[in-house]
Amino acid sequence: MSSKGYSADFINRQSFIELDARARAKALFDEGTSRELVGPFDRVESPWLAMQGITPQEDDGCVVMKGKIAGQAAVVVALEGAFQGGSIGEVSGAKMTAAFDLASADSEKGLRTSAVMLLETGGVRLQEANLGLAAIAELMGSILALRKYAPVICLTAGTVGCFGGMSLAAGLASYVVMTREARLGMNGPEVIEQENGVEEFDSRDRALIWAIHGGEQRYAMGLADALVDDDTPQVADVIRHFTSKGVPAVHRSAQVELYRGRLATLDTSQQWDPKEFRALWGTNGLGEGKR
Amino acid sequence: MEQIELTYPARRNVNKKAHVGVVGSGDLEVLLEPGEGEGASVFIRTSVDGFRDTWKAVLDRFFAKYDGAVRIQINDAGATPGIVYLRLEQAVEESER
Amino acid sequence: MSEYTGIRGAVWFRSLTGQTSPMSGDTKSVLTADAPLGNDHARFLCVVPDSHARFPCARHGEVGLEEAAALATRVREVIEHDKNTIKRPIIAIVDVKSQAYGRREETAGIFLAAAAAADAYGSARLAGHPVIALVVGHALSGAFLTHGYQANRILAFDDDGVMIHAMHEEAAARVTRRSVDELEKLAKEIAPMSYDIRDYAKLGLLHKLLHVENPVKPLQHEIRNVQNELVAAIADARSGPVDLRNRLESTAAREMRSASLLVRSKLEAQWLEK
Repeated sequence: MSSKGYSADFINRQSFIELDARARAKALFDEGTSRELVGPFDRVESPWLAMQGITPQEDDGCVVMKGKIAGQAAVVVALEGAFQGGSIGEVSGAKMTAAFDLASADSEKGLRTSAVMLLETGGVRLQEANLGLAAIAELMGSILALRKYAPVICLTAGTVGCFGGMSLAAGLASYVVMTREARLGMNGPEVIEQENGVEEFDSRDRALIWAIHGGEQRYAMGLADALVDDDTPQVADVIRHFTSKGVPAVHRSAQVELYRGRLATLDTSQQWDPKEFRALWGTNGLGEGKR
Repeated sequence: MEQIELTYPARRNVNKKAHVGVVGSGDLEVLLEPGEGEGASVFIRTSVDGFRDTWKAVLDRFFAKYDGAVRIQINDAGATPGIVYLRLEQAVEESER
Repeated sequence: MSEYTGIRGAVWFRSLTGQTSPMSGDTKSVLTADAPLGNDHARFLCVVPDSHARFPCARHGEVGLEEAAALATRVREVIEHDKNTIKRPIIAIVDVKSQAYGRREETAGIFLAAAAAADAYGSARLAGHPVIALVVGHALSGAFLTHGYQANRILAFDDDGVMIHAMHEEAAARVTRRSVDELEKLAKEIAPMSYDIRDYAKLGLLHKLLHVENPVKPLQHEIRNVQNELVAAIADARSGPVDLRNRLESTAAREMRSASLLVRSKLEAQWLEK
């Protein structure tokens, strides 16, 4: 599914990117059906930040909401990109994993409960290092368990994008939805430049960044299932669409032979123009269960 | 990290909670809820030390106009007095919605 | 903090399987072998350096596109083969420098390749295969998420050359805008930030810390001991559920991950309200 281009409606669009995590999550639910769980007034904050002189946030940068999407039971977990770069700490990771485990438990009992994860994150919160990394591993396990019953939808809208260990969580999703502003990749440009030099990746080259990691590229090469405008009603509509669609026949991360075959044909002797991948991989892409 | 506690007299009972803001760089979150005893209490946690007087000035100004018997918790990451005041007003607005 | 040398993986792969090579058609940086282990016939997998790897950013023990794809293939092979029979153990021998940091990798979607390998390991676990990670050297970040972190049980050597962490010290200092000294000081007080495997063990994620005198040149009786520990871990995995809840149930976890437990109990309590 692709989006319409910008039109005269641009002025009237309701920006999704400008919303904070709480408002983004709420916007995806059927009107009046959502409530937040373990919210700020439950005061479950990070035990690790204050001792390092960092002010904690009472929801640890992760919002969990439960309700209905397209009339079906659903849970939404949304990372707040403005708090510590949306990074995963012990508590924010645990909230996501616990929410998915409860959705699985309900699904096993016959109340199929789908999930949407709003990922604005750089990955592991280094101030919690090994607990953040472990939390991501556990979240990945819970995604694998839940996606047998119900779709797990990844929505990355920007401005932070989805990087680091959490990009693997995105890779496990049933469907990936992105805006043009969003980016998805394992390693950001600064990290690559640090590790392998400016020739490998000039982190100031914004055009290059979006050409490789941007939503339009990921969609065009078949690594994302939908490209949406920064427009809240449109985003909610696409989420409803994939919720109703259900579990794909084969998940993208399970299509190993196809992916491996594609890697084998790549000429690694030089850098590539990312646009080539749109033709190479895009049309019969690793999307929606296609082989 | 600094912790600052302030108390103010209050007249009016408040029965709704409100939460606004994000603990982003230059921003803060405010949790407002009905107070426990009489009066209003404010608990501030900030990662920028040495501005106790500024905090008191902002809260004094706020409570000169607001008389709810509330407990206010603030988690701050370097917001300016203007942003602090704005968030407090937003929290009140939400609690009176 | 120890240096990554890229030797230990191959040493332990050979010690535990008697074999030294990749399977036919695989990149030389992924060693796979089926070998007896206790009463089972286990599949062992290990990522090693290959200075002639096709991808220039994956030549020193990094887990890159081809490594992740080969791991995914060889693990899925076991799932498929054992579909209607006894679920063989899968042993990930872990000594990896990091994920591969390259423009080619990002363009071709290494995040998905990594997810595919983790998917394979996790799906094997959910299907009933005992998946054991044996950390003999370094286990960093995306590389560990890809190869090892979906295991039922994690074993590690009690040795300075062993490190499990989210980011190397110098890079972590840079990103968090601290000096390496400041970071080391913090890491001493804050267990999840520590680079010491003994502090990692306090987090309750590790099944067992194993003592080996010289992990680079192990003696025969030490190899046999590690095999026995793997067999015990396999039995322990088979006796429990297929999910990762054991990582929260240890005594250490109850102390060091009490916030995680609080989150879980509160969320469950509120799930059904109204």
